[in-house]
Amino acid sequence: MNVGQSFRLAIKSLLTSKARALLTMLGIIIGVAAVIVIVSLGTGMQTYMNSQFEQVGVNLIQVMVYEQPGNRNADADDFYELAEKYPQYIDSVTPALTISGIVRHGADEYERTSVTGVSETVYNPETSQTVNGEQLEDGRFLSYVDVERNQHVCVVGSYLNEAMFGGRGVGQSLTIGGVPFTVIGTMRETADSTEGSGDDFIYVPYGLAPQLNGAAGGSGMNGYLVASTSEDTSSAAKGVIESMLFRIYEDSSWYQVITMAEMMSMMDSMLGVLMTILIVIAAISLVVGGIGIMNIMLVSVTERTREIGIRKSLGAKGRDIRGQFIIEAGTTSAIGGVIGILLGILLANVFTAVVGMVMPTAEGFAAIPSAGGILVSFGVSVGIGVLFGYLPANKAAKLNPIDALRYD
Amino acid sequence: MEHLIELRDVYKIYQMGDEAVHALDGISLTVDPGEFVAIVGQSGSGKSTAMNIIGCLDVPTSGTYHLAGVDVSTMDDDQQAEIRNKMLGFIFQQYNLIPKLNVLENVELPLLYGGVSASERHRRAMEALERVGLADKCKNLPSQLSGGQQQRVSIARALAGKPSVILADEPTGALDSRTGREVLGFLQKLNAEGDTVVLITHDNSIAVKARRIVRLQDGRIIYDGDAHDPRAVVQPEDEAAAGEAREVLNV
Repeated sequence: MNVGQSFRLAIKSLLTSKARALLTMLGIIIGVAAVIVIVSLGTGMQTYMNSQFEQVGVNLIQVMVYEQPGNRNADADDFYELAEKYPQYIDSVTPALTISGIVRHGADEYERTSVTGVSETVYNPETSQTVNGEQLEDGRFLSYVDVERNQHVCVVGSYLNEAMFGGRGVGQSLTIGGVPFTVIGTMRETADSTEGSGDDFIYVPYGLAPQLNGAAGGSGMNGYLVASTSEDTSSAAKGVIESMLFRIYEDSSWYQVITMAEMMSMMDSMLGVLMTILIVIAAISLVVGGIGIMNIMLVSVTERTREIGIRKSLGAKGRDIRGQFIIEAGTTSAIGGVIGILLGILLANVFTAVVGMVMPTAEGFAAIPSAGGILVSFGVSVGIGVLFGYLPANKAAKLNPIDALRYD
Repeated sequence: MEHLIELRDVYKIYQMGDEAVHALDGISLTVDPGEFVAIVGQSGSGKSTAMNIIGCLDVPTSGTYHLAGVDVSTMDDDQQAEIRNKMLGFIFQQYNLIPKLNVLENVELPLLYGGVSASERHRRAMEALERVGLADKCKNLPSQLSGGQQQRVSIARALAGKPSVILADEPTGALDSRTGREVLGFLQKLNAEGDTVVLITHDNSIAVKARRIVRLQDGRIIYDGDAHDPRAVVQPEDEAAAGEAREVLNV
């Protein structure tokens, strides 16, 4: 077969009609670029998320306990006892208890504010942020003494700081379930500082939770963040926590224990599903691109009927002609694929720069196209050209040489 | 001696609606190696159909066609392509060069499809171009050459494959009379050097350059013999034309 000549002819005919070639390749270019960008963003997101998890601590275990009305519930003391009993597994415990008391400041009621009872360990002075990623803006966070003595002090999110105190919250006071609290610190904005958002929260010492909840008569969901001694002991720690909780509740539906590793793999699989859906959508563009190539190849076969006749009269067999047109279709889509890959890499870099500019907190996020992804998209684009080039090529191969020679 | 071309009782029948058209109506014809035969006839006489069948571009409805002793009348498309590649060299009225390929690539085409190696292809194509005197134009595109030169390129292309038969279909039809004569002179020269040439034309003054004339009318052979016999160039019932023919032939 005359692969070399077919290839050169394909390049030549692409060069002679550049606008047409570009339009033909557009679908492939967009499809390949989209796939590259999506895969790069997905991989970048995954890497970023994993590094965030590692920053928070891969040895963390999140425990959610639902309050069982009327019966005995697990409380913070149960967890601290467990930590003392298994020091080889459990390093520390940070409670995050839901408090349902109504927040008031003067005559104003803040019904949607989430009030959480925590210990001082929820805030890490080394990274200057809480386990939820909130950073201190003004004042200080709850201290060991505050928590130990159940002081009526609190730290508020940026929404309350703005809405209640016009940004000067430190030193002011508010009431939760009728109990007065003094604001000792305010946190920086993490969401958009609106009511009910991630900035509408209050942290109080956890020991006050039973009292405040008792006053409001509420029940809810309590969280505990348990740090295992190392990443390896986290499943053992999870085991002792679960057996402790099962002794209390005798029913595993009242609580949920997730290690960071489990959470990471959950997030990864969710991201995987999301990426698959996006790639499938991008792949539709590749199919449309393939149809574009098929269309232009059909036109090309008609335009070159006479050439096909000449070649046949000189002894070209059906498979020679078919090969020529398939190579041409493959070359077209391969060039489209290369352009798409370059465009995709460019866009991925642009995205990285834009994300870095718009979200300074997402430092370390980079959408990096993988070599594997690039190779696969190149292969797929060539494959699509060959696949969609087959029908027109076959039409060319089946032309009758007499009619083809007479064609004008 | 074995005939190079041997058509025996060949029919080609096309179905046009309800009517069966006999493009070839029982033709028997033999051509020996080294002959220069002109197949002459007016349009509709069946000469194009005859050329298609001799050129292995088409198969007869019935009858047999042996080319160099091989029955080619029942071959499939790819087998016919192979026969065209190895045994036949075509020269067309419209030259039929591929405009995007240069002269050398055009001449190399039949060798390419014949599976000849690149260096051998180049050597044989250049040899053929030298034979037609266009070796120096080998890198030109066909559009950069005159009509006569293009036709010589197509002759070189026909020669490159070293075919048993050169089939020329109205080779001078698109040329002015001077270059037309040149091309005919070329065909005569090739024939003198031993090539078998079959020329298809409607033009008597061209046909007489051959050594033998086969005249077709309504799908039948009405004359087959020496090109210099006055009967070769006239319709049997057309006595006025016979006088003209004698003048043309100087007999």
